Amino acid sequence: MSDDPVIIVRNLTNKFGTKVIHEHLDLDVRRGEVLGVVGASGSGKSVLLRSIVGLQKPSAGTITVLGTEVLTDPPSDTGAQGDGPDAVQNRWGVMFQDGALFSSLTVRENVEAPMREKLGLDPETRAALADLRIAMVGLPASAGDLSPSELSGGMRKRAGLARALALDPQILFLDEPTAGLDPISASDFDSLIRALQKALGLTVFLVTHDLDTLHATCDRIAVLSGKKVLVTGTMAEMLHVDDPWVHTYFHGPRAHAAQPTQGTV
Amino acid sequence: MSSTLVLEAASSTVPQGLSGPVTLATLARSRTALERLAGAKVLDLSGVTELDTAGAWAIASFQAVQAAKGRKIATVGASEAHALLLQTVTEAMPPVRKRRRRLPHQEAGDSLYVLGQTVWDFAAQMGVTIGFLGLVIARFAAAVLHPSRLRITALTHHMQQAGLNAVPIVALMGFLIGIVLAFQGASQLEQFGAEIYVVDLISISMLRELGILLTAIIVAGRSASAFTAAIGSMKMREEVDAMRVLGLDPVELLVLPRVLALVIMLPILGFVANMAGLLGGGIMAWIDLGISPGMFTTQLLTNTSVSHAIIGLSKAPFFAVIIGVVGCYQGMQVEGNTDSLGNRTSRSVVVAIFLVIVMDALFSVFFSLWGI
Repeated sequence: MSDDPVIIVRNLTNKFGTKVIHEHLDLDVRRGEVLGVVGASGSGKSVLLRSIVGLQKPSAGTITVLGTEVLTDPPSDTGAQGDGPDAVQNRWGVMFQDGALFSSLTVRENVEAPMREKLGLDPETRAALADLRIAMVGLPASAGDLSPSELSGGMRKRAGLARALALDPQILFLDEPTAGLDPISASDFDSLIRALQKALGLTVFLVTHDLDTLHATCDRIAVLSGKKVLVTGTMAEMLHVDDPWVHTYFHGPRAHAAQPTQGTV
Repeated sequence: MSSTLVLEAASSTVPQGLSGPVTLATLARSRTALERLAGAKVLDLSGVTELDTAGAWAIASFQAVQAAKGRKIATVGASEAHALLLQTVTEAMPPVRKRRRRLPHQEAGDSLYVLGQTVWDFAAQMGVTIGFLGLVIARFAAAVLHPSRLRITALTHHMQQAGLNAVPIVALMGFLIGIVLAFQGASQLEQFGAEIYVVDLISISMLRELGILLTAIIVAGRSASAFTAAIGSMKMREEVDAMRVLGLDPVELLVLPRVLALVIMLPILGFVANMAGLLGGGIMAWIDLGISPGMFTTQLLTNTSVSHAIIGLSKAPFFAVIIGVVGCYQGMQVEGNTDSLGNRTSRSVVVAIFLVIVMDALFSVFFSLWGI
């Protein structure tokens, strides 16, 4: 893991009307790490994710992803240096909370969709690559022909992950990847994320509430509180942070249940 | 991105391999390079600078194809990260599937079969819709017996949405139809010097048929689709299921207020259309034929019986029930995906308009048999 950040957020401010979500928020995500973002409900975790991937236009601040200013840089075909925001988009994958699969397409077509739009691949290769992604996220081969409404919640998330991986991204954004999964599926999903991250050398930006996921997958944790990133650090460092909310979060009854067996972070 | 993919010199002893980036972007070139290495014993990956899953897939599938031909090709020289990726991908490689191309199998009787199936489906659909109508009537009867179960707030809300808000478009439509009738009638009747009968033409056709029929068609387009979309998206978000488990009846809560609102508002809208049509026709007759408003009124009152207007408006509640029930029924049939919402919405408008016209034809037959 090198220390050069792939995502640099500086001075980010987000407002909905008069309600301020983020104020002067700074955050770095380093190459090849899994960063877990935690915070109370409504602290703006998802808004932060949406700001970075360009779904939410911030009121102020800069966001640099892989060296590209995603908010202000001109598109790449205007002859400017480096990749424009449109090109950088192909280098990240986003998995939404419930998969957000296109309900009118089968799972395979869902995974093919980004490749169909962005690359001139022949259908055979596209289907083979889609099948590979489906297998890599641990879905049975027969799942490719099903439509999203026929999948269980856990399978939908896996299919969403397969689609996020379709363009071989460098950065993976995951919004609550284990929410609503049973503990076994959730821990399977954790190890899946970890294994894929290792094999593909991904940088993962993970929004979660799940302490087990934080233990099992994250290299660093960023705590969102009071409209900014209160503190970042490893799990071990989190346990010694002197803030009431952080203390309660990592020392509460659920935290104790999550900790003891997970020694191999 | 400078991507150089060099095929190393072909010598039987030196390992041959790939170099440069082997990624999704260079997939086609990587695969051609691999094809040319088909005879090799080992595949040298020491020159590979970048490797992603697509590149690893190309290598793994190349190995699989060669292995199937009895030539096992080992890889050498891959960096640790690349070897891990290659291993992950190789393990995940789905078995090679023969893509079955499903050719449409045609037989002589097929189209006849499809026709029969379509007719049967349509009939079955109608049967279920009539069952749904029965359910709505049963709930209505229950609401009449226990008026407290009628949702007044929902009813007035839908009366405003489907009724009051439709007044401008319905009035404009009626006004323009009146103008068209007067204009077309005038040019024909002028040939006989029977201009004055344009009043009868406008009033009878408008009051008895066109006013209410066109209003019903507009309302079907406006409200049947809105009902289907609203109930359908509630169905998709499991709100309807939530009502059921709370012991609330979706028909009573969602369907009855909408159908009743239409039953109350459609006759009023029809009346608005009739008046607008007479006004438009009157103005056109005055401008084009010189029939003064006074003359128009006298002719209207003496020659056109009020029964025409009553017959026209008496059809309105039936049309309203058709539109409301079809719209709500199609909404209840929406399933979990977005496609079905779109399909059901368009089907609800088509079916509602079709049934309104069928009903109007039946009314015409009925009234002529009764000699009204």
